[in-house]
Amino acid sequence: MANQTFDAGVKDYQLTYWVPDYVPLDTDLLACFKVVPQEGVPREEAAAAVAAESSTGTWTTVWTDLLTDMEYYKGRAYRIEDVPGDKEAFYAFIAYPLDLFEEGSVVNVLTSLVGNVFGFKAVRSLRLEDLRFPVAFIKTCMGPPSGIQVERDKLNKYGRPMLGATIKPKLGLSAKNYGRAVYECLRGGLDLTKDDENVNSQPFMRWQNRFEFVAEAVHKATDETGERKGHYLNVTAADSEQMIERAEFAKELGMPIIMHDFLTAGFTANTSLAKWCRNNGVLLHIHRAMHAVIDRNPRHGIHFRVLAKCLRLSGGDHLHTGTVVGKLEGDRASTLGFVDQLREAFVPEDRSRGVFFDQDWGSMPGVFAVASGGIHVWHMPALVNIFGDDSVLQFGGGTQGHPGGNAAGAAANRVALEACVKARNEGRDLEREGGDILRDAARHSKELATALETWKEIKFEFDTVDKLDA
Amino acid sequence: MSALHTDDYRTQYTLETFSFLPDLTADEIFDQVVYIINQGWTPSIEHDKPENAAAHYWGMWKLPFFGMRDPMEVLAEIEACRQAYPDHLIRLVGYDNYTQSQGHNFVVYRPRGM
Repeated sequence: MANQTFDAGVKDYQLTYWVPDYVPLDTDLLACFKVVPQEGVPREEAAAAVAAESSTGTWTTVWTDLLTDMEYYKGRAYRIEDVPGDKEAFYAFIAYPLDLFEEGSVVNVLTSLVGNVFGFKAVRSLRLEDLRFPVAFIKTCMGPPSGIQVERDKLNKYGRPMLGATIKPKLGLSAKNYGRAVYECLRGGLDLTKDDENVNSQPFMRWQNRFEFVAEAVHKATDETGERKGHYLNVTAADSEQMIERAEFAKELGMPIIMHDFLTAGFTANTSLAKWCRNNGVLLHIHRAMHAVIDRNPRHGIHFRVLAKCLRLSGGDHLHTGTVVGKLEGDRASTLGFVDQLREAFVPEDRSRGVFFDQDWGSMPGVFAVASGGIHVWHMPALVNIFGDDSVLQFGGGTQGHPGGNAAGAAANRVALEACVKARNEGRDLEREGGDILRDAARHSKELATALETWKEIKFEFDTVDKLDA
Repeated sequence: MSALHTDDYRTQYTLETFSFLPDLTADEIFDQVVYIINQGWTPSIEHDKPENAAAHYWGMWKLPFFGMRDPMEVLAEIEACRQAYPDHLIRLVGYDNYTQSQGHNFVVYRPRGM
């Protein structure tokens, strides 16, 4: 505007960045932050400060503001809501114009939205609760290399969740003994086995040796059982060049799937690997080490539903989501909320699941939800009910801790899984009749009978730290 | 107690979904057909020689039964397929046109000795 003049000094953020009558555009990227302001800072000012610091603003006016159209580029705080059950915190809704972000870059979105602003003095704590990505942005991201539908077709797994296990002990096995553990799990009836996240290429088991022995195990189990099998070979490495080198070798060995840790390795590496997987027809399993550092505090950080959305955009065919019922934290409604974000084409706003915005995923492929950690056969009915067919249920200790070993443990889990799926399809209530369904199935499987005996007493009943606000 | 207190686990040649359960009875297959129809999926029958079991594509028994609402008719088609190909494996598929995938897929008949 030609009639603007440069007025040096510090202005209240809310004069520029609090726009309560703003109607967000379909192309805007929308964010919901949970804000705890410093004492004496009004909500509108704190919300506007967050909008400013995560978009165009800085602490003082500068003359170069007048060389551009700030009205076009600025983020706008457009709504404030109370947080149920927390008098100090409030939700701030902020709209960002699409042009603030590089096409196809979740890295750029996160650098803006959860960058400097999280250390900002005007707020005591800050949490990014949810993001609405406009379809215009989503269509610039590649997303999952294969997605649920393609993976099912490749692996020939239909009508049920897939069954997996992480090989234990997680560290210290030699490559040959490790391959043995894989073979035993797969021949017994698992579809997939997994490297633990911290298995990379340590002195006791270098990656080439592991890949070769595991490949032999996978091929042998596939031939003997007649079913398609896989092992997530972890290609997470110290640098991207080694990561790609490991991926190439996995492909050379005819392995259908590899894995990556998206938070510790970073989104740039993850997106590169996802693109490699798309180009090479290899499936990509994603682990989430470090997530609890970022998402567990209910007042500060980033909610996992945001990280899950970012992963779907960056690319992965599986993502760990917690189990709801096992040893790791996870509120049921909240977990279902972000499981939807991984798998569905459209997810409507639903505050009872912690979903703050309608999210249209365009035609982006879906991601399998992976439930893993501290689960065993007695959890199977609840897991099938909670996660449905488009999931991977992973029983590590629950397979390899079986008195008869990995193969018997795998068979026990497979029988339990199929019995639950069959019962569900017959219209039975899995969570109420689960015990009966498992006991009936154990009548024709001594492996399952042993498993039911072994794990009967184990329970995990701690309170969830991060509950939905209510 | 003996050191050998568990059984030897024999690897089984299996055929994906439901192959760790005992063979389904006609009533149990009926229930799964009802499930497929109630999901809005299209039942379809495939068959092939046991040595081709690992292939993605088995032979199709007629076209998928588009618009099928009667589970008894599907059971009758399975029986007709079995009579025509007594030495073939037969599987029942539920095509889901929304996900462009198969919502269900399991073997309903194994020839003697499989």
